[in-house]
Amino acid sequence: MSANEFYQLRVNGKTHQVQDSWVGESLLYVLRERLGLPGTKGACEQGECGSCTVLMDDAAVCACLVMAATAINSEIVTVEGITTESALTDVQQSFVDEGAVQCGFCTPGLIVAVHHLLEKNPQPSEFEVKEAISGNICRCTGYGRVFAAVEATIRSRNAVK
Amino acid sequence: MTVIVAKELITALAALREHADARLIQGGTDLMVEINFNHVKPTTMVSLRDVAALRTIRTDTPGIMSIGSGVPYSVIEGEPVLTAIPALAQASRTVGSPQIRAAGSLGGNLGTCSPAGDTLPVMFALDAMIHLNTLDSRRVVSIHDFMTGVKRSVRQHDEIITAIDFPIVRGWQGYSKVGVRNAMVISVASACLVADHENANVRIALGSVGPTIIRCRESEAWLQSSQDLSAGQSISLDVANEFGRRAAAESSPIDDHRSTAEYRRHAISVLASRLLRKAYQ
Repeated sequence: MSANEFYQLRVNGKTHQVQDSWVGESLLYVLRERLGLPGTKGACEQGECGSCTVLMDDAAVCACLVMAATAINSEIVTVEGITTESALTDVQQSFVDEGAVQCGFCTPGLIVAVHHLLEKNPQPSEFEVKEAISGNICRCTGYGRVFAAVEATIRSRNAVK
Repeated sequence: MTVIVAKELITALAALREHADARLIQGGTDLMVEINFNHVKPTTMVSLRDVAALRTIRTDTPGIMSIGSGVPYSVIEGEPVLTAIPALAQASRTVGSPQIRAAGSLGGNLGTCSPAGDTLPVMFALDAMIHLNTLDSRRVVSIHDFMTGVKRSVRQHDEIITAIDFPIVRGWQGYSKVGVRNAMVISVASACLVADHENANVRIALGSVGPTIIRCRESEAWLQSSQDLSAGQSISLDVANEFGRRAAAESSPIDDHRSTAEYRRHAISVLASRLLRKAYQ
């Protein structure tokens, strides 16, 4: 694959053509600037803040550290792909209800990380929640409201069962 | 710029041979930072992400666990590595964040070869062996010969690190790291201690306190000559503290933006002493 060739990425269940891009671009840049998916946020661009967290082959990773052109054989899910309807997911609703969204910049990354955690581990301990979001930096909430939102989601999911 | 996404090792090896400018990328956690900030502008990239052969853990040689260079830390921190090589699982769990651990690998730690590489002290304490392949040759290099300086190793341009062999040691082993906080931190000082009960010896290797990882041979020899290091023995606080002082004396830290040499030396004396006491409590 060379600089001017097209390549394809599988994002949120659809095949997207990436064109007119420099092939060294990060997945974060490609999602936002080439594919029109601005839900994934960019902040540090060095893997420290987690605001660009996406799922890649079912692992939560920093999109800024993935060279997009190397992801041609991977399934990528962004915050836009976590829900198919226009409604909020239960995790997103809990974030709203518990005041876990303040400036909002870290929110999409946290939403992806929390969805991923609860998918793998529906009843996480407090420590497991802390570890799962330890790569997502939030400078507003002090995390108390984020933990409350995760707990509220778990409570509501348990009530449904 | 060209990106070659290899699925087979041979494709990646052939690409390295063909392109003198090619750079390898596995998880991207080091290299993409440099690319994002325009510190490097590679012209040819060879991605190892989809080379499944680098993502296996093998135990077919008795006494050895061979971990593929592309196995992510998120796998290494769990079983079967957790039971077989607990210090390596611990060190892997201290790397960055869950997102970084899902991408980063031992091959990347070795390829970058930073003295702050979290898993390198474990390799030094366990005398790990590094497998390097080219298109037409293979060699196995001791970790002690592999790392030659800050971000320097004996890996040649056309070589790919395929696997790391860890001897399985009976006894206690642990890894400790000092940084400014718990998650997402590059170590200020780190240490891996392995108590080999069968051979009644202790090995300790230090990270972030010298141009390479430092194996404290003199401290190890002093401990072995003065103490019984077989299973079930205990070590007094005085002996542990003296061991810590000796290990710190073998370190050679510098002042930099992360810490001072003085603090690093102190941190090593505490880490070494604590690890030894944990090993023989």
